Amino acid sequence: MGLRRVAVVGAGMTKFMRRALETGRELSWQAASMALESCELTLDDIDGVVIGTAPDCFDGVHMKGEYLSDGCGAWQKPVMRGYVGGGTGVFSPIQGWYHVASGLFDVVLVVAEEKMSSCHPHPQGAFLTIFDNLLERQLEPNLIWIFALEMHRYMTAHGLSKRDIALVSVKNKRNALDHPCAQVAEDITVDDVLNSEIMVWPVNRLDVSPVSDGAVALVLAAEHVAKRVTDKPVWIDGVGWHLDTAYWTNRDVYYPKYVEYAARMAYRMAGITEPRKQINIVEPYDPFSYKELHHLEGLLLCGKGEAPQLTVDGVTQRNGDLPVCPSGGLMGVGNPIAAAGLMKVAEIFWQLRGEAGKRQVPGKPITGLAQAWGDLMQVGTVVVLRI
Amino acid sequence: MGSPEQISQVEDIRYVYGEIPVNFAYTLGVAGERFFREIMENGRFMGTRCQQCEYTYLPPRLYCERCFAGLDDQWVEVSSRGTVEAFTVAHLDLEGQPLAEPQLLALIQLEGADGLLVHRLGQIEAEDVDIGLLVRAVFRPRRQRKGSILDIRYFRPVAP
Amino acid sequence: MAADREYPGTPLSDDDVSQGKVLMVKIDPNARYAWDAGIAIGRFLAELKKGRIVGRRCHRCRRTMVPPRMFCEECFRPTDEWVYLEDSGRVNTYSVSYLRWDASRLEEPTIPAVIEIDGASKGMGIMHLLGGVKPEDVQMGMRVKAVWKPARQREGSILDIRYFRPY
Repeated sequence: MGLRRVAVVGAGMTKFMRRALETGRELSWQAASMALESCELTLDDIDGVVIGTAPDCFDGVHMKGEYLSDGCGAWQKPVMRGYVGGGTGVFSPIQGWYHVASGLFDVVLVVAEEKMSSCHPHPQGAFLTIFDNLLERQLEPNLIWIFALEMHRYMTAHGLSKRDIALVSVKNKRNALDHPCAQVAEDITVDDVLNSEIMVWPVNRLDVSPVSDGAVALVLAAEHVAKRVTDKPVWIDGVGWHLDTAYWTNRDVYYPKYVEYAARMAYRMAGITEPRKQINIVEPYDPFSYKELHHLEGLLLCGKGEAPQLTVDGVTQRNGDLPVCPSGGLMGVGNPIAAAGLMKVAEIFWQLRGEAGKRQVPGKPITGLAQAWGDLMQVGTVVVLRI
Repeated sequence: MGSPEQISQVEDIRYVYGEIPVNFAYTLGVAGERFFREIMENGRFMGTRCQQCEYTYLPPRLYCERCFAGLDDQWVEVSSRGTVEAFTVAHLDLEGQPLAEPQLLALIQLEGADGLLVHRLGQIEAEDVDIGLLVRAVFRPRRQRKGSILDIRYFRPVAP
Repeated sequence: MAADREYPGTPLSDDDVSQGKVLMVKIDPNARYAWDAGIAIGRFLAELKKGRIVGRRCHRCRRTMVPPRMFCEECFRPTDEWVYLEDSGRVNTYSVSYLRWDASRLEEPTIPAVIEIDGASKGMGIMHLLGGVKPEDVQMGMRVKAVWKPARQREGSILDIRYFRPY
């Protein structure tokens, strides 16, 4: 394809918190400077910056990318900012990837940030704007409606019970107990999930990830720089992204086709023909418990409707055959919109290098995948990483 | 190739009214929290200085944008006296309606700081303002200060 | 990622905020909008006022779409004709909401649903509410029919339909 090899060589992140003292800029700087320190590079080594962050409505700041730029190390540097909802966390490293793969840049800083706590009375009010302004907002919907409608469709299509799905909340919140940045790590049981407050049936409180403040950053480098900077570069071997339309009520939401298309694009590039066999560790996007399952199927890691059984069988535990969300995911660590997906990429980076501490999965995984999802049940973004 | 339909009946033109029903409560950040507490409690301006870049930020920042160094242990006091680097007179409010009184706004370089502060000028007529004018901050009485940029009423001219 | 290192970020508690331990700045942007409904939805809303649901058909892919649109997003060409649809359909999916838009709790739940409209192509649904039925009696695939506001109360809004009721 004529593209250069690109590696992730450094990563950093802040705690994920319900409400941080730090401004969005300060959170960005904390994550970005940690990422630089982790590979002993300085701002002078950075050729360009990619910023991933949600629109103004959440943080309440206009032109978010421009506002955050100094904290993202972008002072007097070329910058690009992108946003595809929750998909941003994996979309921004893809943007960073093509900056370097194209040959235009050798070292790029990728920063994703969100400070949702500024939004009152509740960020739900900003999420209201995701619904169609002409035909849907008048019904006074809550964002959780869409997830509940999708979850119910998914359950009906495959004859699943809430019990099957609740295992994901249990697994991820427990995994997060080993993540130093986790906001909502907890040791809970399936019954705790089923007995938690009903928000929009079939979604209970413990089926949902929280609203968060936080930032994550990665340093990407071209091959000749990567090999100089670290003896453990993690190569971005496959990227994929795919956007469906906003006509979500015209689709059968039991299956995320757009995730499958994004995955196929990444698999083709990475030479993966049997995903379940060739991928050792996965971080799919889990804003809700059922979403992890939905996305495992969209990623072709199992057949449609089969993901719940994988969880029941323990396959997706850290010491299982295919560890899924060893970080603790959004369910356990937190969900600052754009930063959440990048946390997953950082997790795969650390896991492949054997640097995930108590969260480390055994068996020296070689090939990992991070996936994010976003917008109105619309976007799939995928990266395949290899050490 | 545009859409083949046109609106010919005026009553067919439709607007849908709506709003984004949120308001915002911002934290001031690590640096901002200190900056505004110093104004509120001590009636003084504090900046942060990057020794490497020889640059004093006002308003202060937690980090240097130029070299990315952390500045949380580099607080310096900055004078409440400075010079007007630029100014303008505002006659309309945010909705385009005339203000009761025109407002004098200025970019002020406080002595000891490299960054500029935006604020109002007071006790002076617009025609008497010039670039290079020496001014000093007029703080509200302690009990009226809330940790806001409005704890400073305005900057007034002072003798050199 | 060293296991024992301290990660940056200063979490604040509700007490920190409510007891004024940190300074806050409050701003109300008061953002209000008058959105042009556009040609397709303008007509759709005008028809709702008359008590009818209208869709739009693309002759190339032969989909009859609701909500109607002036261009077909799959063929990327203008759509060809207006098609009046039924005001009935099937429940594609539904949920039971105990939350208002601002996340405060409802005493009596509402029943949001996606309803595939009769006369449109398969899978063409719109979001609305189910009513006149208890949540526990709703079934996936149930046949439902629109309950309209009286003509003089209709304004050209999705709310001209009160809800969809099983029949």
